[in-house]
Amino acid sequence: MRFGIVVFPGSNCDEDAFHAARDVFGQDAEYLWHKDTDLKGADVVILPGGFAHGDYLRTGAMARFSPIMPAVRAFADRGGPVLGICNGFQILLESGLLPGAMLRNRGLKYRCEHVHVRVEQTDTPFTAAAAPGQVLQIPIGHGEGNYFAPPEMLEAIESNHQVILRYTDPGGRLDDAWNPNGSVHAIAGLCNERRNVVGMMPHPERACEALLGGVDGRAIFESVIGVFRSAESLALHATSVGVGAGRSATLSGADRSARLSGER
Amino acid sequence: MRARVFVTLKPSVFDPQGRTIAEALHSLGYSNVGDVRQGKYFELDLATEEAGAARRLAAEVADKVLANPVIESYRIEVE
Repeated sequence: MRFGIVVFPGSNCDEDAFHAARDVFGQDAEYLWHKDTDLKGADVVILPGGFAHGDYLRTGAMARFSPIMPAVRAFADRGGPVLGICNGFQILLESGLLPGAMLRNRGLKYRCEHVHVRVEQTDTPFTAAAAPGQVLQIPIGHGEGNYFAPPEMLEAIESNHQVILRYTDPGGRLDDAWNPNGSVHAIAGLCNERRNVVGMMPHPERACEALLGGVDGRAIFESVIGVFRSAESLALHATSVGVGAGRSATLSGADRSARLSGER
Repeated sequence: MRARVFVTLKPSVFDPQGRTIAEALHSLGYSNVGDVRQGKYFELDLATEEAGAARRLAAEVADKVLANPVIESYRIEVE
């Protein structure tokens, strides 16, 4: 599948994401410059970590106005899978593609360390290959990861099961001492109502090779690649048994992706 | 006309920077300073001479860009 990795001025984890997609997982990968409007046929879009626009005004606040964002939004509206990592998560929040907002870490310190996150839901394109309750050890590097949502919004998010990852102790237990930034309900990752847009503060792209200290981030990539492959083989099967006769066997990236999430 | 926009975190949002500043002031001996909350201040130079229009434009800019409505509120002064 093709990974489209958006690059904003100030993004600095775009190359790590590209490396993971292309070199570790052998997938097609393209950079998408923030001033372009073309997603280059991406089947999945990643908004990478970093400091887009220097975090000026508020982290992610300027990036949401970049010319690429309407195309990302349209892709998401068609059901395409979108993953926002760290700064990417912040941009998705400021864009309104995910609910809530980010605050400065409760302890005011930039936290750069490995954390443990528990997978809460496996029905998203980015967690489908994980087991419910599985604990992943993944690095974080952020000063503003303190996720916040006002009480009513938070209640809706929880009842819709939109929390995808929570900070826990190594055994997967909720414990405030293991929450690096003070986020409400220990939220480390979230999805939208449609479940195709996911934001997470930890960096899975930095945990795909043992050399870098861990491979628990692989599950995130394996999930979206696996879901894409299933959707593709479903589409080919449907065509080969004559369903949808007259349609080409090759679906557009967005159509394939639309089958992945909620488009049943 | 000039508009001044004051953006602050909503009261329900914990402000660690404000808290840290208050604690620093207390350790400096300013026991009469209570809670401190930190916000942002913007000055907008607007091409209008009508106060109402200036206020509306400043509010639009504040709603769209300057403040994040999930966590911040603002007030406007026009001169």
